Amino acid sequence: MEVTTKSMPYEAWKDNEYIESLVNELKENGTNVIVGSFDKLINWGRSNSIWPLTFATSCCGIEFVSLGAARFDMARFGWEVARSSPRQADFIMVAGTIVHRMAPVLRRLYDQLAEPKYVIATGSCAVSGGPFKKSYHVVMGVDKIIPVDVYLPGCPPRPEAMIYAIMQLSRKMKVERFFGGVNRKEKQQEFLKEHPVEGVED
Amino acid sequence: MADIQERIAGQFPEATFDTSDVLTVEIPDSKLHALARFLRDELRFDFLVTIVGMDWVEKMGCIYYLQSTSDHSRIAIKATTADRENPMLHSIADLWHIAGIFEREVYDFFGIVFIGNPDMRRLFLSIDWKGYPLRKDYDPSLNPVPTENERQSDFTDTYVEHSDGKVVKEQARVFEEDDFVVNIGPQHPATHGVLRFRTAVDGETIRKIDVYMGYIHRGIEKICEGLTYPQTLHFMDRMDYFSAHNYHHGLCMTIEQAAGIEVSRRVQVIRVIMDELSRIASHCLFIGTFCMDLGATTMLFYTLRVREQILDIMDKTCGARMTFNYETIGGVMQDLHPDFVKDVKELLAVLPANLKEYDKLFTGNVITRNRMEGVGKMSREDAITWSVTGPSGRASGWACDIRKTHPYSIYPELDFEQVVMHEGDAMARFKVRMKEIEESAKIIAQLIDNIPEGEIQAKVAKVLKLPVGHWFRTVEGCRGAFGIYLESDGTVNPYRLKIVPPCLPAAAAVDHLTRGQKIADLITIGGSLDYIVPDMDR
Amino acid sequence: MFDFSALTNWIHAGLLSFMPEWLAVTTECVLIGLVLLTVYALLALFYIYYERKVCAAFQCRLGPDRVGPMGLLQSFADMFKMLIKELISLKHTDKFLFALAPYLVILASMLAFAVLPWGNGLQIIDFNIGIFFLIAVSSIGVLGILLAGWSSNNKFTLIGALRSGAQMVSYELSIGLSVLTMVCLAGTMSVGGIVEEQRDLWFIFSGHIPAIIAFIIYLIAGTAETNRGPFDLPEAESELTAGYHTEYSGMHFGFFYLAEYLNLFIVSGVAALLFFGGWMPLHIPGWESFNHIMDYIPSVIWFIGKAVVISFIIIWFKWTFPRLRIDHILSLEWKYLLPINLVNLVLMVLIVVYGLHF
Repeated sequence: MEVTTKSMPYEAWKDNEYIESLVNELKENGTNVIVGSFDKLINWGRSNSIWPLTFATSCCGIEFVSLGAARFDMARFGWEVARSSPRQADFIMVAGTIVHRMAPVLRRLYDQLAEPKYVIATGSCAVSGGPFKKSYHVVMGVDKIIPVDVYLPGCPPRPEAMIYAIMQLSRKMKVERFFGGVNRKEKQQEFLKEHPVEGVED
Repeated sequence: MADIQERIAGQFPEATFDTSDVLTVEIPDSKLHALARFLRDELRFDFLVTIVGMDWVEKMGCIYYLQSTSDHSRIAIKATTADRENPMLHSIADLWHIAGIFEREVYDFFGIVFIGNPDMRRLFLSIDWKGYPLRKDYDPSLNPVPTENERQSDFTDTYVEHSDGKVVKEQARVFEEDDFVVNIGPQHPATHGVLRFRTAVDGETIRKIDVYMGYIHRGIEKICEGLTYPQTLHFMDRMDYFSAHNYHHGLCMTIEQAAGIEVSRRVQVIRVIMDELSRIASHCLFIGTFCMDLGATTMLFYTLRVREQILDIMDKTCGARMTFNYETIGGVMQDLHPDFVKDVKELLAVLPANLKEYDKLFTGNVITRNRMEGVGKMSREDAITWSVTGPSGRASGWACDIRKTHPYSIYPELDFEQVVMHEGDAMARFKVRMKEIEESAKIIAQLIDNIPEGEIQAKVAKVLKLPVGHWFRTVEGCRGAFGIYLESDGTVNPYRLKIVPPCLPAAAAVDHLTRGQKIADLITIGGSLDYIVPDMDR
Repeated sequence: MFDFSALTNWIHAGLLSFMPEWLAVTTECVLIGLVLLTVYALLALFYIYYERKVCAAFQCRLGPDRVGPMGLLQSFADMFKMLIKELISLKHTDKFLFALAPYLVILASMLAFAVLPWGNGLQIIDFNIGIFFLIAVSSIGVLGILLAGWSSNNKFTLIGALRSGAQMVSYELSIGLSVLTMVCLAGTMSVGGIVEEQRDLWFIFSGHIPAIIAFIIYLIAGTAETNRGPFDLPEAESELTAGYHTEYSGMHFGFFYLAEYLNLFIVSGVAALLFFGGWMPLHIPGWESFNHIMDYIPSVIWFIGKAVVISFIIIWFKWTFPRLRIDHILSLEWKYLLPINLVNLVLMVLIVVYGLHF
């Protein structure tokens, strides 16, 4: 099974091994025909309707604005419905540095997202702390606080790279099972158990 | 200056003077307030540029940079205390409104308490933060990533000095018990980043705003203390990412002047062109996002069109769309792209038509005018006491353009107007920026055909050491006066690099400007002040 | 022109042939309900796509073009996604009202569908007070919005709901008065009657000056009624994150989202009914052959086409104007639209009394 998106040849993707491992996991877990075709329909819908949360802390956020503008036009893919309320968004694009003071807020935003939810760590700061590695107030990568689905390096990443990252996310959605829960929920719950946050309601 | 020195010496015999850079008056803490008042009222140094907190290990203290709004001369006051356990200085928050915020910043980083400041809370760091990060003996392991929501308090501390000289800590209320407080931010589409306003409202009317900063405070000043001079440069891109070139220019200029490096005229011209291009791009984005805040989303797409064109020019020469890291100490990173002149000329050709279109689409609209005219009025006095510089200050009738008041680089040779308006409302702030785009285009047009040949990189020592001393320089960023205070102890690292961001005062003034206005006006006012949160937080 | 009542009568007769009347009527109700639901969903999905494309065109963009041919399936993908999104239940909220609110909003627009003149003989029910019914049911929507804002126990939603309440109550007046102006001209409140009156000439032409004034006011007030820009204060993104539906997720939010677009359709549909002859083709007195050609276009297409064109104007508003402030909105209504409307009503009465219309 070759997981790809429209007009993008399979060979052009960078990390097919990871997606293939997800596909194998999916196959091992086998499923019946009816649920399987439902899953396909739902996954088609999900992977083509990825609404971001308007969330930006610094430079990367400006490139995200450029991504929405006429030149890169993320509306072509149906991603332009940026929701300001986390309840209605599908993924957070963590665009920018996350600092100590912001960390609980980000975690809370993540908890407020409705399932199924995804995270793209955008830019070096969100991936690893980036140029602020030596800072006393910067979180060294958002994966210390919330589970990350796609890492997007760059300082800031160009809008083209952002398109690629969201397409990768879309690909990841295609190899999940909504009814069976394969590939997704368990890992997320494990992560949340390992990184408890007090005072945040589920 | 000698005259001023005499007058101060006459009034304050205990003062000592240092004239190595800006005239610096060192004064004991007990006379600090009196000297500040004397300078403000008698000698007309009525603009507080910044307060630099300092830790010299054996003592701690502050350097207050003042500027006159009439003849633009500068003076500095230095006050120190030897007590590291309970450092205290007297507050000047009653003389300048912005001093209250600057003192909170110093308290946050150095733990110096200001006696008489009505609101002595931390500014950038959370309420439970341990230690003071910019002290030389700060231990970062004290503060792991918090796993709990931040504690919230409606109270603030204030330190009051009684007549017998005893200082007592007292509590004061920020919000009354029956205030209906709406929390706007840190994650909110209209705060332009992660700024947080706790807003007490009465129906739709705003009664008070308490600004919380620090949601993107990255501690750039502290990081710089551990880096060499060339390494410090790239943080300048990441504060106000629209003024990346201007900020770079500022720091490079400071270091070059400290080290005595001469840069060629070609480099000067390139730097100025880049500065002005950034200014156009920045103001274009301002117009777009401001209109989007007001609900006219479509304008954003028209203004981004021009911005994309500028980014293309930058991309070709600097190799990046943002965070260019282009200027180096003594020059620029690489020479101009062969297409540069042609591309810039194309940009200048389409710019007037675009500006006309913005005017037609937005400025004349009756809804726009209703929303912007008379909203968020800031008088000239307000602008000065809140230190709101840049286009926002100039919209209030305060001619504060550093390019004119403290000319640097080749700006004195150039023919351009300083755009000043007197209405002081959101509309004036909007129009000033529109006009500044035209002025910047004028500057570029003068230079683009006469870029001289020459070296693009002066000879700079591989390991750059600055002589012992301190320097204070300002440049005009896209949002106002950007200042650098650099203190060197003769090693390869700066001893202290204080960044003076123009956006911090703008955000601090929001409370004052929005009182009694509608919630929707908060968006208009915030948008028109055009602050960049990573810039104020550093 | 094909009369759909022939078809509906045939179905009715067919059902009566093998079942008692009460059962036949019940079956018809169920059938109509199902058809209505489908039309409802399809229209909403079309409108979402339509707005995104129109908005993209205004902003020099392409808009959705990757999911399905020309991006036509984009809103279907959104619907599937929304259907399976988690419905977050909140602590400290009024659970019953919280769940009820989106259904109230949907219900209001659903009921309004009942009296719209879809085509010749294609109307679910033709009251003699059809217009009155329409105005009555469309005001149920505001109740849903108020409940949503109140029951979410969130300050943003509360402010959004209060804004919405103030706005809707004010603009109901303008809608009511401009509709009344047209009822004056028509001389009937029955929807079928109003359409029939426009057989020779649409009201916007026959009522000339007062009709045009009423149309402009109706368009402004209608935009405000649907909470769309520049009157989108209740959900002003840059001020209140998502306004009254901030706390709604999944399909509950989907209902608000759909209802917004359907209200847009209803407002445009009523405008088409009152000013542009409902399903009536464009007839110009004296041009017989032209009128005949126009009659060949099916009535359903006439109605939906008119509604879509009027919606285009309302969408155009949204993507052009900045948002008004709450006090400006209220003063626009009470200080300008309402007096103009009252004078306009008197003018229309005079014109009808003296027979000055065409």
